[in-house]
Amino acid sequence: MRARAAIAAGLVVLIAASLFTGVGSITADAEGLWLVAVSRAPRTAAALLAGAGLAVAGVIMQMLARNRFVEPTTAGTAQAAGLGLVVVTLVAPGSALWLKMLAATAAALVGTAGFLAMVRRLPPQEPLLVPLTGLVYGGILGAATTFLAFERDLLQFLDIWMNGEFSGVLLGRYEFLWAAGAASALAFVYAGRFTIAGLGEDASLNLGLRYGQVMALGLALVSVITAVTVVTVGMIPFVGLVVPNIVSRLRGDNLSATLPLVALSGAALVLACDILARLLRYPYEIPVGTVLGVLGAGLFLWLLHGRPAHGRG
Amino acid sequence: MIEIRSLSAKLGGAPVLHDIDATIAPGRVTALVGPNGAGKSTLLAVIGQLLKASAGSVTLDGADLSDMPPPERARRLAILRQNTTITPRLTVADLVGFGRYPHSGGRLDDADLRIVDACLAELDLSALAGRHLDTISGGQRQRALIAMTLAQTPRALLLDEPLNNLDLGHVRRVMEVARTRARAGVAVVVVLHDLSIAARFADALIALKAGRVFAAGRPDEVITGPTLSALYDTPIDVHEVAGSRVVLT
Repeated sequence: MRARAAIAAGLVVLIAASLFTGVGSITADAEGLWLVAVSRAPRTAAALLAGAGLAVAGVIMQMLARNRFVEPTTAGTAQAAGLGLVVVTLVAPGSALWLKMLAATAAALVGTAGFLAMVRRLPPQEPLLVPLTGLVYGGILGAATTFLAFERDLLQFLDIWMNGEFSGVLLGRYEFLWAAGAASALAFVYAGRFTIAGLGEDASLNLGLRYGQVMALGLALVSVITAVTVVTVGMIPFVGLVVPNIVSRLRGDNLSATLPLVALSGAALVLACDILARLLRYPYEIPVGTVLGVLGAGLFLWLLHGRPAHGRG
Repeated sequence: MIEIRSLSAKLGGAPVLHDIDATIAPGRVTALVGPNGAGKSTLLAVIGQLLKASAGSVTLDGADLSDMPPPERARRLAILRQNTTITPRLTVADLVGFGRYPHSGGRLDDADLRIVDACLAELDLSALAGRHLDTISGGQRQRALIAMTLAQTPRALLLDEPLNNLDLGHVRRVMEVARTRARAGVAVVVVLHDLSIAARFADALIALKAGRVFAAGRPDEVITGPTLSALYDTPIDVHEVAGSRVVLT
């Protein structure tokens, strides 16, 4: 596949650029190697894992909700993860990171299940109601989180979780993101089944798919990827929306064939935006969430505008 | 052979089917007819295990369909509901290929691909195989969905209003394909509204009214003026034209 090869080649260039982009310059001595090993390489890996994971989570969510305009940050998943995080921080301050991760994942799971239960009741001929419902729902969860954080003086933490950035990534402080990588890898095994689930419940049942199980697995993968990303680097918007939509335009939605391209493109997009985030106000940094907020919103509007006239939704 | 015994079903709490008994033989095309709301689609969905029966049983070749594992059931029975919409952007060949999923588990081998190609050709879709579903017409999409159920190579084939959106040439083609499958030993059940089509292509009819079997038998037994007039509560004439019955309201 040419597209896949082109993205992979671009990714190699981006990785090289990422390793050499930053305030400290990389030198061929022990100090230079140390900087790469402790900061640049982990940061690059974190961007790749988060990008690939969020793109994969987005496309799974779009299949489960049977709507191409949803992704974890617009359907309450990320907001629910944030709420879980605030609650566990209040209930058990100073709890271990894995416990926070668990609480965020559980909250994301419940929040996303709630979203899917809601959108099942919406009329299928009104596809835009689904993302609207997601935005309102996410807004309510986000508002509850902000209120709790405000009351208990946690707003500065909230700011870190809600605005994704990779400047804090160091060796030893990002490794949970490999769980997002593992969840994305598992999605490859189930790619065909997620596509069939996207045909709808009746068509899936006709094909002998264990629909409930596939829905539950998809929910779990989306929740793990989102929660791990929010807790480790913060919320990164639009990746899960823009990447699958562009891939769908070019190559369709048969995930058995397209999921590698989705993952590679997501990784490339987030890494490219992180490099931009390091360079735009050099030597200062902008959060990657902000860069993607602007770029992603623009891309999304373009996608909405260029939507083919019929048969979509 | 599909055997339906004392079958009742509810939709949203309201009883829709009452104590249905019917036998659907392989080797025949059975048309399911009746007025709107008679329970045709519900009966088809209950046979296909998309809806649970509130009482009674459905067996296929002696095996109870309700406790068959889903993948095994999908190898033996295929059902297409009316107005199925497909949101993912798939090619026609992808969609028809999914019909092999119950057999292949997702990895299509040469034999699977041959079946897919044959089903595409049967429904006049070979030239559209690489097209995405959102770039073809509603009738072409409908044929792709029918081809997907054919690719399941089932023992029982249930089609709910498969002729929606089809032009006359493809109406004939779909009904002839249904007949070919029936002659090969498949039990084919088709929900039809056009009774002239039913008279021409079906070997047997089951007429439902208000959730009960109103009449059942060969076309010449069921498609008569008095039976149809009572079934639809409106005067209906049946004429014989060129050896086939034509139904006029």
